[in-house]
Amino acid sequence: MNASSKHVDGDRMAAGCNAAEDNLKITRRNLLKLAGMGVATIAGGSVPISSMSAEAPPTGAATAVPASKVMLHVNGAQREISVDTRTTLLDALREHMHLTGTKKGCDHGQCGACTVIVDGRRINSCLTLAVMHQGSYVITIEGLGTPARLHPMQAAFIKHDGFQCGYCTPGQVCSAVAVLDEIKAGIPSHVSTDLLASPRPTNMEMRERMSGNICRCGAYSNIAEAMTEVAGGQA
Amino acid sequence: MKPFTYERPSTPALAASAAQQTPGAKFIAGGTNLLDLMKLQIETPVHLIDINRLGLDGIETTPEGGLQVGALVRNTDLAANQTVRRDYPLLSRALLAGASGQLRNKATTAGNVLQRTRCPYFYDTNLPCNKRAPDSGCSALQGSSRSLAVIGGSNACIATYPGDMAVALRALDATINTVRADGTVRNIPIADFYRLPGKTPHLENALEPAELVTSVTLPKPVGGTHIYHKVRDRASYAFALVSVAAIVRKDGTGRVALGGVAPMPWRIETAEAELPNGARAVISRLMADASPTHENGYKVTLAERTLDAVLTEAKEAGQ
Repeated sequence: MNASSKHVDGDRMAAGCNAAEDNLKITRRNLLKLAGMGVATIAGGSVPISSMSAEAPPTGAATAVPASKVMLHVNGAQREISVDTRTTLLDALREHMHLTGTKKGCDHGQCGACTVIVDGRRINSCLTLAVMHQGSYVITIEGLGTPARLHPMQAAFIKHDGFQCGYCTPGQVCSAVAVLDEIKAGIPSHVSTDLLASPRPTNMEMRERMSGNICRCGAYSNIAEAMTEVAGGQA
Repeated sequence: MKPFTYERPSTPALAASAAQQTPGAKFIAGGTNLLDLMKLQIETPVHLIDINRLGLDGIETTPEGGLQVGALVRNTDLAANQTVRRDYPLLSRALLAGASGQLRNKATTAGNVLQRTRCPYFYDTNLPCNKRAPDSGCSALQGSSRSLAVIGGSNACIATYPGDMAVALRALDATINTVRADGTVRNIPIADFYRLPGKTPHLENALEPAELVTSVTLPKPVGGTHIYHKVRDRASYAFALVSVAAIVRKDGTGRVALGGVAPMPWRIETAEAELPNGARAVISRLMADASPTHENGYKVTLAERTLDAVLTEAKEAGQ
């Protein structure tokens, strides 16, 4: 989940694009990203890497579109970016900050793959604009844990097989972490029988509260078990 | 999305005035409905006025013993508010029956009230839709209409109001409070707020251009058993096929509003006199003018059975 930890030297490719000069670590994921941007000249090293940034306007853009500077606190670091006003928080994270753990699924708030935690609350990052989040504190899957130091929810997902293909998993994990906080904060749900009582982390509560995260592999029951374990086993 | 400029005004009056100065501008709060529609270019504002930092996020008691809910109170916070849970459980239940946890965290009170009345053809930009493109025609009338309105629609549109919160607000006799660009305010009873489609389905409520919702007021609490019963195709995160918002007193009298059946929350106060006579009597009054399509006649029956279940539950709770 932390791309840099999977860093390999890739000597042959690095030599070709003068990686030392551009301070670019070639990883399998970065290479795929660059290839996806249609960078056919990478081996020749004739294109400065900095110009390949996703922040550069697309070539051939007819007119300038309104842009705005935004400062966000992402996973503990202050990040300032300049974005087209249309940029969603999701695209700002993925395309501008290269935090590709957060996934784009439906891009319409229906699947939950883009779930991140903003100012302590889980939201669909696809349905909000980056410019609306000046000064916000964002936690993505990269900020929850690392392969070496997994968040307890990540460890529980692995233990309980809470995924198969893994595409929805970053959103599921962010949502699951926030759900347990919501239960702790006493926020009721549709299945809470008594509105005035404190909700408990039961299986039914997990299922209802996670309904905004779709998993087409159908790992739902295992996700609920992982969450129940992290919540302290009160099924 | 089409390009747009963006601003973040500091007061509600400045926001309304900014909207008036820029034709084609829209307010954005949670954005969960607006951005969804902007991505499909169904909504194409040229300017967005971000009202998230106007300080309209308080919940306060009113001198009349009611509750004033700021326009920007998030759905999660309104549902979880202790006073709402204790005195207006109908509202908490309706909110919690709607959307997903992520959306409720972002969606606001005013945004929820103002969410578009919509149908699958409104979203399908390849097909005619009078709501999306006035006078282009209605694809739903001869199309797939299982989820659409059985009452209150017109030859121009049979889209259903999809929300839950406003169905509860209708039963609770809420008032929508606004400010206009000239600084004047209005207090619009929710009974007068939504418009039926008629020949102009693109107009859905009583707001004037550039008018900004600042809060929603609830009258003092209504005693009785509060029940919001939502019937849908899956157990969570789906629009209502039929929903019933009811407040039932021990003597069997009370209030009823329906969701999922009309282009707006559906309540006819005079029908409530039939409550002691049972669900069939009430629904036959509420649905007297129903004109279902070939696919959605089941909603009339479903509304009666859902209300019957609600009245049974209320009776058991009242004992």
